[in-house]
Amino acid sequence: MNDLWNGIQQAIWLTLTLDADLVEISLRSLRVTLSALFVSCLIALPLAAILAVRRFKYRRLIISTLNALMGLPPVVVGLIVYILLSRSGPFGVLGLLFSTHAMVIAQVIIITPLITSIAHQSLRELWSEYHDLLISMNTSKWQRIKTLLWDGRRALMTASLAGFGRAIGEVGAIMIVGGNIDHATRVLTTAISLETSKGDFALALALGFVLIALALAVNFTTHWLGRTEREGRW
Amino acid sequence: MFPMTVCDLSVKVRQKHIIGPINLTINEGGITVLMGPNGAGKTTLLKALHGIIRLANGQVTFATPAKTAQEQQSFVFQSPIMLRRSVLENLAYPLMINGQDKQSAMERARTWATKIGLSAHMDRPAPFLSGGEKQKIALARALITSPKLLFLDEPSASLDGAATVEIEALLSEAQSTGTTIIMSTHNIGQARRMASSVLFMKDGQIDAHSAANAFFDTPPTQDAQKFIAGDIVI
Repeated sequence: MNDLWNGIQQAIWLTLTLDADLVEISLRSLRVTLSALFVSCLIALPLAAILAVRRFKYRRLIISTLNALMGLPPVVVGLIVYILLSRSGPFGVLGLLFSTHAMVIAQVIIITPLITSIAHQSLRELWSEYHDLLISMNTSKWQRIKTLLWDGRRALMTASLAGFGRAIGEVGAIMIVGGNIDHATRVLTTAISLETSKGDFALALALGFVLIALALAVNFTTHWLGRTEREGRW
Repeated sequence: MFPMTVCDLSVKVRQKHIIGPINLTINEGGITVLMGPNGAGKTTLLKALHGIIRLANGQVTFATPAKTAQEQQSFVFQSPIMLRRSVLENLAYPLMINGQDKQSAMERARTWATKIGLSAHMDRPAPFLSGGEKQKIALARALITSPKLLFLDEPSASLDGAATVEIEALLSEAQSTGTTIIMSTHNIGQARRMASSVLFMKDGQIDAHSAANAFFDTPPTQDAQKFIAGDIVI
């Protein structure tokens, strides 16, 4: 209980004094996570719309696989990305291992199936609502996909936030591929892990509270910008 | 575009025969009203004519190429499907997917919103309006592209008298400006007011097809006679 109280006090203190290390780690956490989220959304959202609108061979298999990959173990992803990016691996020549780029790659692999599956679920429902209308209007496949992505944007925001939540709290994969190097690849979750192993529970808790606050702030901001939960809106 | 020729048209759903074989010719102008008991196949025939459900057999041909004919048709569904957008954006949608620039599409949409008495609701989300207002938007959205052929599936089902009068006025105006209309209705009074010819359907077949006056004065079949008299046709 004492550690918890100390943690809260230290979190407040670190935040109020804008501790340089804390700011650096927090900004890196945000940068890595938002970069991964951006790349992931570029892949996941159009893919979800295509899966909702188009009927093709192996479609069901792809959907089932994506659903299964939602529970992908991050440590395993980290290990695979590590092997691929290590000097002896196929992409070793790129020199990405133990960099924030490697962390972004790992997070993209982890959150893309999650965002795709949630987005697909929403867009599938929207497509069943719009199907007859858009077919009767003689729209092209591209126009249907664009319409679904635009009209389903608020549901897609929720899917993206789920991806953000998973990415910002992720530790296993980024610890392996990033290496938790001070002033280079250390982020909030890996710092918490390190401080806990050192026995500095108060600092670990303080970082944890900052992480929670950061996640909440991003969620609230996104909801506010997206004007969700307001009367007459979706 | 006309005549529209229907040759041996039949529709199956999951191997179950729904309508057909149907042979029919629709000439330019006028309002053809589809009547018949529930389950007669009116909606299926409308959708088959418009090309939004697959034919098991037969074909629908026009004097113009199929693609051109498809572009000159519109469809209004029994339950109006509203895009999750404002009234204006719903009205402008068919213009914009046909390549019209946003500004002129919105300008035309504004004119139509005023015409259907929804100028005060232009920026409100269309799905949150009343059933009558949504049906007017659906009809205006179908007419905004000045189609040569308009299909309507029970356009005033579940609407009150005032809303029905407004819908019928819009249809009469569309017809007078050169739109050929094919609509289904259960409302015998509406059929008497609107129809220039009547198609009476039963058990997926056309039981009678004649000019409206002749149909109502001397119903050509026993079932049509019972239907007009208000008897139950099984």
